[in-house]
Amino acid sequence: MIKLSRYVLYDILRSRIIIAYTLFLLIVSCSMFQMEENSSKALLSLLNIVLIVLPLVSLVFTTIHYYNSYEFIELMSSQPMSRTRILMSEYTGVSIALLSAFFIGVGIPVLIYMPDETGFALLFAGAALTLVFTSLAFFASVRARDKARGIGFALLLWFYFALIYDGLVLLILFSFSDYPLEKLTLVLSALNPIDLGRIFIILKMDISALMGYTGALYKDFFGSGTGVLFTGGIMLVWIVVPLWLAVKKFKHKDL
Amino acid sequence: MRYCFLICIMIFAGYANGNTILVGKGGRVSTIREGISMAVNGDPVMVLPGIYKEGHLTITKSIALIGKDRPVLDGEHKYEILLVSGKNIRVSGFEFRNSGYSAMNDFASVKVVDARQILISDNHITGAYFAIHISNTAGATVRDNRIEGTPRSEQLTGNAIHCWKSSEALIENNHVQGHRDGIYFEFVTHSLIRNNISEKNIRYGLHFMFSNDDTYQHNTFQDNGAGVAVMYSSKVKMERNLFEDNWGPSAYGILLKDISDSYIFHNTFRRNTMALHLEGSSRIDIRYNRFSENGWAVKVQASCENNKFHHNNFTGNSFDVGTNGSISLNDFYNNYWDKYEGYDINHDGIGDIPYHPVSMYSMIVEQNPATLMLFRSFTVQLIDKAEKAIPSLTPENLTDTKPFMKPVQL
Repeated sequence: MIKLSRYVLYDILRSRIIIAYTLFLLIVSCSMFQMEENSSKALLSLLNIVLIVLPLVSLVFTTIHYYNSYEFIELMSSQPMSRTRILMSEYTGVSIALLSAFFIGVGIPVLIYMPDETGFALLFAGAALTLVFTSLAFFASVRARDKARGIGFALLLWFYFALIYDGLVLLILFSFSDYPLEKLTLVLSALNPIDLGRIFIILKMDISALMGYTGALYKDFFGSGTGVLFTGGIMLVWIVVPLWLAVKKFKHKDL
Repeated sequence: MRYCFLICIMIFAGYANGNTILVGKGGRVSTIREGISMAVNGDPVMVLPGIYKEGHLTITKSIALIGKDRPVLDGEHKYEILLVSGKNIRVSGFEFRNSGYSAMNDFASVKVVDARQILISDNHITGAYFAIHISNTAGATVRDNRIEGTPRSEQLTGNAIHCWKSSEALIENNHVQGHRDGIYFEFVTHSLIRNNISEKNIRYGLHFMFSNDDTYQHNTFQDNGAGVAVMYSSKVKMERNLFEDNWGPSAYGILLKDISDSYIFHNTFRRNTMALHLEGSSRIDIRYNRFSENGWAVKVQASCENNKFHHNNFTGNSFDVGTNGSISLNDFYNNYWDKYEGYDINHDGIGDIPYHPVSMYSMIVEQNPATLMLFRSFTVQLIDKAEKAIPSLTPENLTDTKPFMKPVQL
């Protein structure tokens, strides 16, 4: 499995797209820290990169990679190897590539300019989101019949998690505004990894605004040890479940 | 300065020619009670070091009770330690410890009632219910005291410095902490509060009610349960104070309620949940203040009118201005906002397009606090941008028409 992952990784590095992505992240992060006079404002812009660009790139890149290496996967399936292993090594290879791009592109500038709690929260959320959306992309591409549909499905997932979900939450919160919704928002935040990652970061960043109203509840919950475990746990669920579904489907798929 | 000078002269003139009475264990006069009763107007009573448990003491003569090397007056958790009533009385250099608690009476370590020209200085007060309680007094000076309470609940703890129905009080250089309210003013006029540090109090660092013509300056209020509240007063000057780290669902840098004709100049508000909250207030001039890293920098309820906000610096706040209505009767001009995205073609230092400090999302959060869950999300940013382009829900005339491009030099 490790051998196979290594081949996948070499293959990805040869395509140079991942290198372009790394450079893009590096240049954007560095220029933000250079441009803004206080580093917390730069971190705010980086927050958008982590919450919007990172999931999108992870999804699209993984989906395209899956279809491009379809023949390789077919070849491997003809070998005496379990399909679970094949897909898992694909996942490992892709996620290692994307994670290293993220850690070089965003991690290094953050460590240089802002090595504090907020910076580490950003790195944690970014890494978790990369893994989650890679996993979701595998789910999308295994399910879809052809490349166009696969990418379409992946983009739809991105739209849903980045935009539509928050709109729905707004709708729900306003429709049921007569009820106590504080606990519900905790549940709602767990249902979207992007929201969960965002709350995890802003709890470190906008602590004074969040101390009012609902925020105090968030602070008590996410700020405590249980909260960190909860965030980590839910993120893990978001990584494992789509991947598990993808593997389940892939095992019985007519390639 | 003027008050303090006058008071000093009046007080010291009184004792200049008296005979000093020495109180000390094993000496000729061994109890403070005896010392006070022997003294006549103008005598200083000098108390030597030691622990004195004498229950409730009363001073009604114009004398100075002075502690040498900080003798301890212990209330044994039962008594109000010292009652002062009269004129030209000075109490300084003591440690007051463990005064009593009563649900019926406002027991204090030092209580001043119906008095004139009182000086309470350089005392340490610990474990008190009320520490210094002043009522119906003109010209009380409270200076250089250190007051440390044991924070219990709001009902079981009194105020550190409590003034009621007084005038010309001077509260300066005190350090108070761990009480219900750090400094409490009710019906107190023409008074000055300065250079005090009030921190870690259960409720307010400074609580101000029905007190007109007062000034507070150079004070530090930090980490109080609910910040500072100034209510139902007019002609209050608030200058060069520091308000920081007042965190909580109802914690404010300053809460202004029904205040009029006042000044807020040169203050610094840092890391408060709500830095400045105005409710039913009018004709307040707010200038040269720094608002940084607060949750809400300014919250102006729709019940406020004719307040002026100008030459302030707003940096790093999560929300600059929040409001609850659609009309605004207040003026914002010539402030610096770090979120301003306009341009300045003629390079006069003033932005060419007005700044809308109220974001759409801050209106949404005001209506439905649970939506704070979506704070800084992409959807919210889109809504904010759309609202900026075509304002519909945010108050249209709440704008800074001449925002500065660079921070104001303060």
